[in-house]
Amino acid sequence: MQFPKVTLERPRWTPFNIVAAIVVVVGLGITVLRFTKGLAATTNLSDYNPWGIWIGFDLLVGVALAAGGYVTSAACYLFGLKRFHTAVRPAILTGFLGYALVVLALHYDVGRPWRLPYPFIVQQGTTSLLFEVAACVALYLTVLFIEWTPAALEWLGLKRARNLVVRLTLVLTIFGVVLSTLHQSSLGALFLIAPSKLHPLWYSPYLALFFFVSSIVAGLSMVIFEGALAHRYFHHKMDEAHRREADGVALGFAKAASWVLGGYFVLKVVGVAQADAWHHLASGYGAWFLVEVIGFVLLPCFFFAIGAREKNLRIVRFTAAWAVLGIVINRFNVGLIAFNYHLPSSERYFPHWMEIGISLFIVTIGVLAYKFIVSHMPILYAHPDYEPH
Amino acid sequence: MSISRRRFLGWMGAAGAGLAAGGRAHAAALPPSGGHPDALGVLFDVTRCIGCRKCEEACNRVNELPPPERPFQDLGVLQKTRRTDARTYTVVNRYEGIPGAKGPLYRKIQCNHCLEPACASACFVRAFTKNPDGAVTYDESVCVGCRYCMIACPFEIPTYEYDKALTPRVMKCTFCHPRLVQGLLPGCVEACPSEALTFGRRRDLLRIARERMAQFPGRYLDHIYGEFEMGGTAWLTISGVPFAAIGMREDLGTTPAPELTKGALGVVPVVAAMWPVLLTGIYAINRRRDRIAREEREAAVAAAVARAEAEAKKKLAEALAKAEKDKKAAIEREVKKALEEAARARGEAPAGPTPGTPGATKPA
Repeated sequence: MQFPKVTLERPRWTPFNIVAAIVVVVGLGITVLRFTKGLAATTNLSDYNPWGIWIGFDLLVGVALAAGGYVTSAACYLFGLKRFHTAVRPAILTGFLGYALVVLALHYDVGRPWRLPYPFIVQQGTTSLLFEVAACVALYLTVLFIEWTPAALEWLGLKRARNLVVRLTLVLTIFGVVLSTLHQSSLGALFLIAPSKLHPLWYSPYLALFFFVSSIVAGLSMVIFEGALAHRYFHHKMDEAHRREADGVALGFAKAASWVLGGYFVLKVVGVAQADAWHHLASGYGAWFLVEVIGFVLLPCFFFAIGAREKNLRIVRFTAAWAVLGIVINRFNVGLIAFNYHLPSSERYFPHWMEIGISLFIVTIGVLAYKFIVSHMPILYAHPDYEPH
Repeated sequence: MSISRRRFLGWMGAAGAGLAAGGRAHAAALPPSGGHPDALGVLFDVTRCIGCRKCEEACNRVNELPPPERPFQDLGVLQKTRRTDARTYTVVNRYEGIPGAKGPLYRKIQCNHCLEPACASACFVRAFTKNPDGAVTYDESVCVGCRYCMIACPFEIPTYEYDKALTPRVMKCTFCHPRLVQGLLPGCVEACPSEALTFGRRRDLLRIARERMAQFPGRYLDHIYGEFEMGGTAWLTISGVPFAAIGMREDLGTTPAPELTKGALGVVPVVAAMWPVLLTGIYAINRRRDRIAREEREAAVAAAVARAEAEAKKKLAEALAKAEKDKKAAIEREVKKALEEAARARGEAPAGPTPGTPGATKPA
């Protein structure tokens, strides 16, 4: 067996590299501060606001945006949409990196991160939805890791191990969809326990369903969005099949996203009706709710449909970024903005710059890891020595 | 749990209230108390509280909490509304200008020790315990520090030691559980000079509250806060003004916190059981559809090939037959021609009718 040589080029001072270097250096500095001076020195968390953007963005948004892995592998391997095959590996990779970074971010947020395995090995709090989230995220991170290994094993030339893993594809895909269904929905269900703190327009017994359905939108949109970025920056790494299928993937996913967004919109309306929260629509929170549901659910739904019908990739890609932003807004609303709506503004939370710094740091690590892996491993092209799976 | 008679009488004596009268005969008629019928509680009477902060001082002392920034004798701190924090398990706030109240009113905040605690239900490592004596206690030795308990608590009681880098704990009132075990009263109850806090079995406290309402008509609202709120709490409050006026939420409802997540948790095994079946089914259906499509395609191709072959054969046969016919005709023609020529050569007239013109037979 021969390991491939990793050729580390001399870093070139492109604008991206300069910004990334600054973010990483600052992030490392904040990391030291976080683990020597505590959360008080680095965050604006308080007794009223125990969860800030490290949960609202890094966990809630991170997990939703990493949904591309299960959505794409399910479409290709379970629903038999083989023309999406070249989209699977990039989606699995971004999913794996996304979840890995979510877990990394949690190490900053929880008080004693070395105890993160305690819910599994010391005492199981099975009445907690957070237990379900933790168990599923831990298992799914493992599944994504295994699903990603064929690329690494091909790169390393470990043929037998690679073929063994490939044989597990179907089982892993099914397991991945089950785990994703459970924890994507449970992230929403986390807030079911606090009806007195979450604004009635966002609180709903359907929270779990909202989070699950919108995670499908997030997954589809992220695949389109990341695909567009990959085409811009890694076009030279793509093989013929990838380039040929890419437009079909974007259009197909846009069509699917349009349908799912339509269903999601109806669900949101049902949620308001179920809570009989119509009168809240006339308030400030109501206006913000309408911005979210019309501006970032209904309109992207229409624009995805138009883009797919006209086969207009520009519209599709633009709408994908739009829909992703909508998911971010939704998770921020549930986790931060509409949460603790009853408190006076003096007690409300706004992130400390160091919290934003760590979130940027973690996203940057993800981009750098993606760059390295895509540059070295067969992600955007099929390895010539192996049968596609 | 078993409270020894001696310990129980100790509490009663210390509380100075004739609570021992509460007999077991009442138990069946009273609302459930989280499966612990003998669980203890405290009744806080807002009309009796004078805002002296003696309870805060006692709490700080018996729980060995850090000294306060301003001394407990300083009543100036009451000018600001405060909440529990990592150094304070209980706080008294002052409320002024409430319609219907003669002077300022005071309210004590601490953990209400829910019968079905949201914090305990939310904790993914079971750091919280609802003890049979009613106290909700916290075990820092397993706590990961996710702070979901703080999200879950409808009374916004648990707090966190954000300033500790390596050993932060959730901090909250323990109902002086270690003291109860020794037969001592909670620190705050023991220190209260105005009997605003009454300690006893929760079911007795509910009765006492009603008795006070009956004894002093018009002094109290007909509502024992904590009897049903969030499924009921060990600490109960009675007041002469609406609870919202003294900073207590009246919109919490009566559903215990675990009920709120029961549905979502119940879906988990269903998804875990049915999703694999459903997804394998979808996979199998698609594979079967692909296989049938392939077979049909193959069958269609085979049929088309066979049809083409048969047609070709037929065409060939026809062509051969025609060629044969043409050949025969040509021979006949040639024979006839030869005969005619022979006849003409012999100078005779043609015998019989001419079989068509030469143009009638096309060349093969």
